[in-house]
Amino acid sequence: MRHSRRNRILLTGGVLAGLLGLLTINAGAMHIAEGYLPVNWCLLWGAVCIPFVAAGFLSIKRRIDAAPRAKILLAMCGAFAFVLSALKLPSFNGSCSHPTGVGLGAILFGPLTMAVLGLIVLLFQALLLAHGGLTTLGANTFSMAIAGPIVSWLVYWLLRKAKAPASVAVFAAAALGDLFTYVVTALQLGLVNGGMVKFLAIFAVTQVPLAIAEGLLTVVIFNVLEKYSRAQLQELRVL
Amino acid sequence: MKVWQKNLILILLVIAIAAIPLWMLPDAEFGGADGAAAEAVEELNPGYEPWFEPILEPASGEVESLLFALQAAIGAGIVGFVLGRVTKSDKSKGEN
Repeated sequence: MRHSRRNRILLTGGVLAGLLGLLTINAGAMHIAEGYLPVNWCLLWGAVCIPFVAAGFLSIKRRIDAAPRAKILLAMCGAFAFVLSALKLPSFNGSCSHPTGVGLGAILFGPLTMAVLGLIVLLFQALLLAHGGLTTLGANTFSMAIAGPIVSWLVYWLLRKAKAPASVAVFAAAALGDLFTYVVTALQLGLVNGGMVKFLAIFAVTQVPLAIAEGLLTVVIFNVLEKYSRAQLQELRVL
Repeated sequence: MKVWQKNLILILLVIAIAAIPLWMLPDAEFGGADGAAAEAVEELNPGYEPWFEPILEPASGEVESLLFALQAAIGAGIVGFVLGRVTKSDKSKGEN
């Protein structure tokens, strides 16, 4: 009893601090800026996201019910995304971008969970930091909170099925999910404006080294969890 | 190799990835990719007017960097806290 109460306090503290972190997230968000997608596209991407986010809420509840002790890891996945998206890194083409940090959560909790966490992140960014935007929220949610995490999750499971070592699978999953987020962003802008290659050059090329960095950092966290939190990872069916 | 040794190597690699562009491209601007995309939209669709304005913007670059530092600090705090807890509880439970 005492133990579970302490857990709940920790979880609450973690979530609250996480929300505080969200408030300040990411003035450099490399997302589609406010007002830069036509109205019908904004509505379309918004509509596409709704079922994913709804399923995400259910998925979080189901996973936490199945593995209550994993709550603290969920809080950490959120926090990891805050840290990584605060790190605006220089890239070799002379511009800056930042990792997304959603790969870790997608590997541990599945892609639907990240649809919810990512949406919250993007919402606060749009409201408080003038990055991304409310009108482009649907498009940005689709790229960062849905498409990227789905790729991460698929890559992780495919590599695990192929008997790749866990750390290799984690690296590839996080890096490719990160990269794919920005490929989707480029496609979204290219569909509307033409000039697909130009947007790919801006977003995806900038992102290559950052995706590698995100992959490495995700492995750092995973290494520690694999050694000390093996039971929980097994509960979540990650290992 | 111990976990901390592996992780140290990985973190050094990340630092190298971040530092090498700064060293290789001393004259680059290192502006944001999102700004570049907004410019590209205007180039491809001359006369495109964003039809919606951000509701709130950080008052200055200084305020923005404050928010960034705060964000990273809080996030890193939680990550460190959870990792500390995870590693400790394993030991206190004895051998697994």
